[in-house]
Amino acid sequence: MSETAIKVEKLSKLYQLGEISTGTLSRDLTRWWAGVRGKEDPYRKIGQTNDRTTQGTSDFVWALQDISFEVKKGEILGIIGRNGAGKSTLLKILSRVTKPTTGRIRVRGRMASLLEVGTGFHPELTGRENIFLNGAILGMRKEEIRSKLDEIVDFAGVERYLDTPVKRYSSGMYVRLAFAVAAHLEPEILIVDEVLAVGDAEFQKKCLGKMKDVSENDGRTVLFVSHNMEAVRKLCNRGIVLQNGRITENGKTEYILESYLNNNVSKKYQYQWNDENGRIYDWLILKSIQIVDVDEKILRLISTDHDFDIEIKYDIINANKGLGFTISFWNLSGEIIFQTISNNETNYYGKNLEKGSYVTSCKIPRFMLNQGSYFISLNIFEYGYQNSYLIKEILLVDIQDGQLIRKDYKGSLLGYFRPMINWKSTLKK
Amino acid sequence: MSQTDDSESWDLEIEPASGFFDLNWREIWQYRDLIALFVRRDIVATYKQTILGPIWFFVQPILTTITYVVIFGNVAGISTGGIPKILFYLAGITLWNYFQECLMKTSDTFILNQNLFGKVYFPRLAAPISVVISNLFKFFIQLGLFLVAWMYFLIQPENDVNPNITLLLFPLYVLLMSGLGFSFGVLISSLTTKYRDLRFLIQFGVQLLMYGTPIVYPLSIVPEKYRLLLLANPITSIVEAFKYSFLGEGYFSWLWLAYSFIFMVVCLLLSILVFNRVEKTFMDTV
Repeated sequence: MSETAIKVEKLSKLYQLGEISTGTLSRDLTRWWAGVRGKEDPYRKIGQTNDRTTQGTSDFVWALQDISFEVKKGEILGIIGRNGAGKSTLLKILSRVTKPTTGRIRVRGRMASLLEVGTGFHPELTGRENIFLNGAILGMRKEEIRSKLDEIVDFAGVERYLDTPVKRYSSGMYVRLAFAVAAHLEPEILIVDEVLAVGDAEFQKKCLGKMKDVSENDGRTVLFVSHNMEAVRKLCNRGIVLQNGRITENGKTEYILESYLNNNVSKKYQYQWNDENGRIYDWLILKSIQIVDVDEKILRLISTDHDFDIEIKYDIINANKGLGFTISFWNLSGEIIFQTISNNETNYYGKNLEKGSYVTSCKIPRFMLNQGSYFISLNIFEYGYQNSYLIKEILLVDIQDGQLIRKDYKGSLLGYFRPMINWKSTLKK
Repeated sequence: MSQTDDSESWDLEIEPASGFFDLNWREIWQYRDLIALFVRRDIVATYKQTILGPIWFFVQPILTTITYVVIFGNVAGISTGGIPKILFYLAGITLWNYFQECLMKTSDTFILNQNLFGKVYFPRLAAPISVVISNLFKFFIQLGLFLVAWMYFLIQPENDVNPNITLLLFPLYVLLMSGLGFSFGVLISSLTTKYRDLRFLIQFGVQLLMYGTPIVYPLSIVPEKYRLLLLANPITSIVEAFKYSFLGEGYFSWLWLAYSFIFMVVCLLLSILVFNRVEKTFMDTV
């Protein structure tokens, strides 16, 4: 096992909510007096778990509570969580912007954090001057920057503008220059916030690529904080999930993403439109889409052993148009599993529809998909493939493990599919 | 694994705010390039896109001196103790400007640098230190203006300008002014992160302090019974000694200079201590 780069032990951070103005002096005095007498901080006791959705009774919350984890050298650790889960607080403590309330972090190696590119850029200064200033803010020595100046300028591609004040730069040039400085900072541990990945797709790719690069080739440690699951999945070998200031998952990226989605995104087996948003064409009003069983009851439990139907209800209010659907299944990593189109229903395909209420359904057969969670996307189009209307991730379903195929085998069967395959054994004499 | 970890050395430990005086001087030294670049930024950025550039450094003291000569010298008729009026006011203004700029600019440290401090770590003290240094640059330019005027009066024998050996103490005066401006400013900046009320007091307070310092009048015209009160202001003895050294007229006292020095050291320690406390959690309260 390689050595530990960062060790976080029982880290907690208490925050005061609301206005910090009136009353703080008296509170400070109370706190100070308690400190003088060697008593515990009286306000610390009433800290509550940080759940921004429920109204707390106390003005103090734990933004982080008892966080412990380790990062090995050369590892890319992803930290994910919903907004307000404590990611930013953890980031701030790691970057030494603020101090923890209790606990400690120990670090081996030079650490630099990139919560933002171009921190400290001064608009009036030239590109060259800003490279030095920004580099120094990030902890580089002057000679170090000087030796890398050519590389930085090259990477950013702003050679012609090097002696122009950065306020005259296009925003793209500005960001490129800022990132170039950051990319040439060579700490052993790099802490990166997802805001870095904001920008055009090419730039995002460059950022993520550079991060992967520094970890794989130079053996440097990267901490990547994000709620962009796609990026975490691509980049990180290991991850932790923060929820209400606590670590709920810690492990391999695939596993934690799965459980993160399971816990943080509620399943949707039915979606209902109202009269307004359901009226996607002037002759069609969508009513609902749901997963139903053979008896047309809404299913909440799908098994690999049973068929289930996806049913779409809608009203045609003006006759004389034909309609078609495609439905696609996606796994949680964002890969498409399969797509189906309504065209093989011969007495519907291409036909002009009368006025009235319709139900269109498609049967997803058993012994096809493996167990797991799937997003379902719906695409609606007018016959002739006009005016198509896509609703991504309209449903999210869980398919549970059934026993018909695996019998008493308790282990998991891998892969995207769970087909019933005929096995045959014969005894040859 | 964890056993071996504990025995090994760690490069950095992040722990709750503790200890009263755990300032890391070595770290500030490591970041000396940053301080230098901050200084450069402050100087370069101030006069970018101005036609006159650094000449503006002269305009302000000249205009202020003219104003003072007219209002305090001629209209109010306050004595300058035999020193040519222009020289008298210019000396006071040059010195006072430096102190005031140090104080005002450092007192905004946290609020002005909120964004920067919230995003990246570096020894926070680098910011106020760089302010004092960049103002020193401005001070020397303005001092040049004073020296030109001083020479002019010096070569005209009818003027009563008598510089003396105490001129050698000049670096001490600058040190004292820097130290006091820095520590007042840093102290205020630490307190304003939480209690913004203080910000409103500073403008007014600095103005008041100027009149409590012999800038527009010499200490010698102050009635004996108030003189001690005035000398309790640590800047008084510095301004007076400065005038004595350059112009030969003023109140020079080793005792009171020592008082100012001790005052500065105490303030410096106190301010760094408070700053250090605030720095660790100011992002939560600012």
